[in-house]
Amino acid sequence: MTPPSPDLLAAALHDVDAVASERYPHWEELVRRAREANLLGTLGAQLADRRLLDAVPVAPRANLIAAQIQSEAQERAVRREVRELARALGPAGVPVVLLKGAAYLYARLPAARGRVFSDVDILVPKDRLVDVESALMQSGFITTHHHPYDQRYYRKWMHELPPMQHVKRLTILDVHHAIVPETARAHPDSALLLRDAVALPDVPGFAVLAPVDMVLHCATHLFHDEDFGHAPRDLVDFDALVRHFGRDEAFWPALLSRAEELELGRMLYYALRWASRIHRTPVPPEMLIGAARFAPAFPVRPLMDSLLGPALRPTGARASTRWARRALYVRGHWLKMPPHLLAWHLAAKAMRRKEE
Amino acid sequence: MIVGELSPGEIRNRLDGPGLRIRIGPIVTEIRSSFPAIHSAIALHYAAHRAADDGEFADFHVSVLPPSGPRRWIRPTATFRFENAPPFQPLPAEQAFPLLEWGLNWCMATQCHQYLIIHAAVLERRGRALVMPAPPGSGKSTLCAALVARGWRLLSDELALIDVASGEVVPMPRPISLKNDSIDVVGRFWTDAAMSPVVHETLKGSVVHVRPPATSVALSTTTALPGWIVLPRYRAGEAARLAALSKGSTLMQLVESAFNYSMHGRRGFNVLADFIDASACFEFSYGGDLAEAVLTFETLAGAA
Repeated sequence: MTPPSPDLLAAALHDVDAVASERYPHWEELVRRAREANLLGTLGAQLADRRLLDAVPVAPRANLIAAQIQSEAQERAVRREVRELARALGPAGVPVVLLKGAAYLYARLPAARGRVFSDVDILVPKDRLVDVESALMQSGFITTHHHPYDQRYYRKWMHELPPMQHVKRLTILDVHHAIVPETARAHPDSALLLRDAVALPDVPGFAVLAPVDMVLHCATHLFHDEDFGHAPRDLVDFDALVRHFGRDEAFWPALLSRAEELELGRMLYYALRWASRIHRTPVPPEMLIGAARFAPAFPVRPLMDSLLGPALRPTGARASTRWARRALYVRGHWLKMPPHLLAWHLAAKAMRRKEE
Repeated sequence: MIVGELSPGEIRNRLDGPGLRIRIGPIVTEIRSSFPAIHSAIALHYAAHRAADDGEFADFHVSVLPPSGPRRWIRPTATFRFENAPPFQPLPAEQAFPLLEWGLNWCMATQCHQYLIIHAAVLERRGRALVMPAPPGSGKSTLCAALVARGWRLLSDELALIDVASGEVVPMPRPISLKNDSIDVVGRFWTDAAMSPVVHETLKGSVVHVRPPATSVALSTTTALPGWIVLPRYRAGEAARLAALSKGSTLMQLVESAFNYSMHGRRGFNVLADFIDASACFEFSYGGDLAEAVLTFETLAGAA
């Protein structure tokens, strides 16, 4: 038996016909990687959509069905939450943009199929944050971070309010006013994102990001974050979005110029490079060349390549993946805030650990 | 091959090396651990379980290991990992085996959504399931151990897995966990129970595990039909008393005790309502006299 490839999961997601068989030798490894990457429901949905679940051996099939039941329940929970949010925020008259999973669901994108949904993320204009926060508090949301330092950290430096939780439903809501922290080096203009958002016919007052912005936000979430534990899943989102929107020829040139405008070219470069490597995402060759102008210079480029390869694959059992993710965790903080702030933040955290 | 047919050395080598694969009800779990306490506890408690063959699909991969580096000598701890990720904080090394058992409960309750899962002990008599859902402290595990001691088949002392397609209960026999005072109470009642050493000062107090009977483990693939749902309640000094409970109250109690009721949506309600309709429902208060309690259940099962 040949040893399973590191891209076993990506290969299976794009060619479920090849795995849906008693003879497929890597079911255990495939289910294991998919569970680790929170993609078991996605794999189950791909197989179910092609009516191939019955061709999967009984034992792995039970795991796929369990994951599908879970993701379907999460989908219902997100829909209920968005209905409640619309009721809570409607009277305030604030434009609300759904982000990530909830957006994929409401925009009816293939990326939502079988996906794991956890928190709901929304983007609102910064000058309406006070209205949004008070409307949410009146409808039962309270802040989750009570320490004064955490409150200051989020409100002064971050791109979102401290996460809020509903007292009865226990759901978590992240209210963003930008897609990267205030202290970060890149400054994508939220006004542009809000201006071009696409209204949702089924939810009055709510919208989703325009296709190019949705793709750029996905890339940013992937490569700007310090936690690469979610990276394999986010790369699957990116691949699904690009496959869907990329069929429109006008999408590609708009994507490059928007990346420039939002100062997110570097994030787009990484995402296109690694999605096409791991998922064989169909990216026009001239786009890969076009995005190369956003690449970092030597020696950062080969260094990042050596880290991203292991970090983007769901192989947490391997030391290379764990070490790459640790290094990227440090890089994430570096991107998030300038060194003097970072030193201050880490010192404050360390002092608090002592108090506790 | 069953685990008991492996030599202690072979069990240790597998646990310490590539992992020992054990079939527990419908699930195959690969377990790795370097703790001698886990090696001996697995040899004791899982002796009758099937050791899965090489190449057989393993659903879950778990480990209980000490920290790497010098920390393991300073304050010895044990970390449970599921698919390489630790869902909980490490515990003192002496609690390694209880940690493994709690970790396995966590895996089943958070992953096996092909079943409707209720926090309950399940036993079987004449093909029918006795389901005892209950919050901690209600004496569920004590009663469960007493009934097993008198020949009831153990399906599970923690998790009732209801197959949503058939409405039957799927067995997952594992060690019965006893806490504090019930350790001695059960020890006096079930004198030849095979128990691992008591572990003190855990989050739940002192805990001990009791080996499930080989006859129960051998019937791991035989499901049980709905029979009785009994809500036990321990009240020190009281006489055993069985009282009918309405189907509505029983449903509310089961929903409360279910781990994944809402996940199954409308179908979850239907499966649970059908299960309750097909069961006789009672409340049972008792004061710790296990002989009297067992007699009550024997009468109940005999009359059915």
